[in-house]
Amino acid sequence: MNEQVKIPRTTPRFSATFDPHTLSEIRRAAATGIYDIRGGGSKRHLPHFDDLLFLGASMSRYPLEGYREKCGTSVTLGTRFAKKPIELKIPITIAGMSFGSLSAQAKEALGRGASLVGTSTTTGDGGMTQEERGHSNILVYQYLPSRYGMNPDDLRKADAIEVVVGQGAKPGGGGMLLGQKISPRVAQMRTLPEGIDQRSSCRHPDWTGPDDLEIKIEELREITDWEKPIYVKVGASRPYYDIALAVKAGADVIVLDGMQGGTAATQEVFIEHVGIPTLAAIRPAVQALQDLGMHRKVQLIVSGGIRNGADVAKALALGADAVSIGTAALVALGDNDPHWESDYEMLGTVAGAYDDWHEGRDPAGITTQDPDLAKRLDPIGAGRRLANFLSVLTLETQTIARAAGKSHVHNLEPEDLVALTVEAAAMAGVPLAGTNWIPGAGGR
Amino acid sequence: MNIRSQTQTKDTADTAFARTIDLDTSSVRELNQFLHDLPRALPPGSNATALRVLNPRGVHAVAAGVDADVTIEIAGDVGYYCGGMNQHATILIDGSAGIGLGENMMSGLIHVRGNASDSLGATAHGGTIIVDGNASGRCGISMKGVDIIVKGSIGPMSAFMAQAGTLAVFGDVGEAFGDSLYEAQLYVRGSVASLGADCIEKPMEEAHRAALYAKLAQQGLAGEVDVGTFRRYGSARTLYHFHVDNAGAY
Repeated sequence: MNEQVKIPRTTPRFSATFDPHTLSEIRRAAATGIYDIRGGGSKRHLPHFDDLLFLGASMSRYPLEGYREKCGTSVTLGTRFAKKPIELKIPITIAGMSFGSLSAQAKEALGRGASLVGTSTTTGDGGMTQEERGHSNILVYQYLPSRYGMNPDDLRKADAIEVVVGQGAKPGGGGMLLGQKISPRVAQMRTLPEGIDQRSSCRHPDWTGPDDLEIKIEELREITDWEKPIYVKVGASRPYYDIALAVKAGADVIVLDGMQGGTAATQEVFIEHVGIPTLAAIRPAVQALQDLGMHRKVQLIVSGGIRNGADVAKALALGADAVSIGTAALVALGDNDPHWESDYEMLGTVAGAYDDWHEGRDPAGITTQDPDLAKRLDPIGAGRRLANFLSVLTLETQTIARAAGKSHVHNLEPEDLVALTVEAAAMAGVPLAGTNWIPGAGGR
Repeated sequence: MNIRSQTQTKDTADTAFARTIDLDTSSVRELNQFLHDLPRALPPGSNATALRVLNPRGVHAVAAGVDADVTIEIAGDVGYYCGGMNQHATILIDGSAGIGLGENMMSGLIHVRGNASDSLGATAHGGTIIVDGNASGRCGISMKGVDIIVKGSIGPMSAFMAQAGTLAVFGDVGEAFGDSLYEAQLYVRGSVASLGADCIEKPMEEAHRAALYAKLAQQGLAGEVDVGTFRRYGSARTLYHFHVDNAGAY
């Protein structure tokens, strides 16, 4: 017998640590000498709202009839000091996204969509454009560290002012807009040379802490005659203390942005490794408001990875007064739409995964300053799609609220929730499903 | 509210709004509301309105958000953000100023006859700020078009990320001057402790001397100093586009 035995080869096995994506990133870094920059929010799996479930009413709770019994959705923001609080028909707002990062058509579409359903949009790093003021019935003007395009005329045109301290995708980091997107109009608005790699500051130039912020807010109120609500936006990292200090500084409204929140362009390592998940941020923030006796007096807007009405309902149940959407709004406009699949393939990616927004070559015409690409986005049709999406989010939220027996979405509460995982139970401060165990309870 | 009319309202438009506001008896809110209402109250074409503010005692946001061609004389020291986002007004401070004087100013003039604290003229887009004494750190931080003239010295991190405008310093300058500078023009007559990343000394040529002279002359300061004694600093522009070989500069 000299028959050669064929030994089976072991199936090639990739390292879990050095997986194909990691290997490709090492090769890319070695070739270019620069970190990976991209748009969007965190892409890896994080504890999120999907790890929570609602307890619908049965015997111990009494549900409301869907489509028959009213379930309110309105929210008033800025009731603490402002002479003119904001009244929204739905508890879902559009997050701050800059002109520069987005095309003028996209900003117009956001305004059209939000106005159709009675909610607000927000400016971004780069100032206010005619497109968004003209099409947003309610517009929040961001006051950012860079102060690009900042001027008192626009401040007075706004319905509220949002002092941006941080952003969920990059707490502690500033904005980034690479040269490809510094068009003549963007350069003029930001007082920068055309085509440079613009890195805006991570901290405000004229205040250095919460005591100064209190005086800064007082100045903004003085300039606008105490009419407009002052929001303070923080990236989620130390929510209990940051929210307490924002209250102390005089905020009317606090925007809390979790790490799933998007950005126009930032280092991949920053997006994926700095900050805490939205789910983990809400309860400490609400706890801070409750400890100060300010819950529902200083309104809390939560953002970062909100995708559907269940997410909205869960955020509200955990204590938020409203939520804010960014990435989902862009998808509703047409971002990463399979209609442009061949274009995405030419960029070396696929619809659904495109995130090189900083390159300015967005086939959907949304995250670009290229006039030919931007023309692809019809602001009227895109605005309609956004309005449809916002309506769906609202209907879904109402559906869940009614099932929990609530006549207003703000009546949702933590007791309506359980968690599927120990991690989510600990982060959200609700019991693990089937138990009365809240990991970490009492240790906050 | 204690706003004293120095003249009767029947007087000419130029003097009809001459006023004194005493912050011992009126609030900053009342002062600012009065100033914000001025454009609606002023007769068309009037540009000689004058207002005197007494007893500021370091309070914050004095004359913030003014949008009127009015002269405001402040008799004493002011706190944070005096003249913030000023448009058109001439603000004369007979004392010293706190943090963020003239922050994000768009136009007009602010003249401090004493010293100024941190972040003077932060992100200011236009107009002129003059300080007779010294200014502290971060003077002209992120300035976007304002002209700043400091007759004394300024502190560290001044002109950090300054984008446009002119900063002229008659005295000395602290460390990390002009760090991450964009296109602002910096002129210094005294010593510079150190330059920040991407800031370099550039030749002071005749065109620059003429430009600086014009800025000073515009404010009646042409004879105070010899523009030939200034040195010029600006951006090396090496950090305008990221390259890994420059990583050590960040």
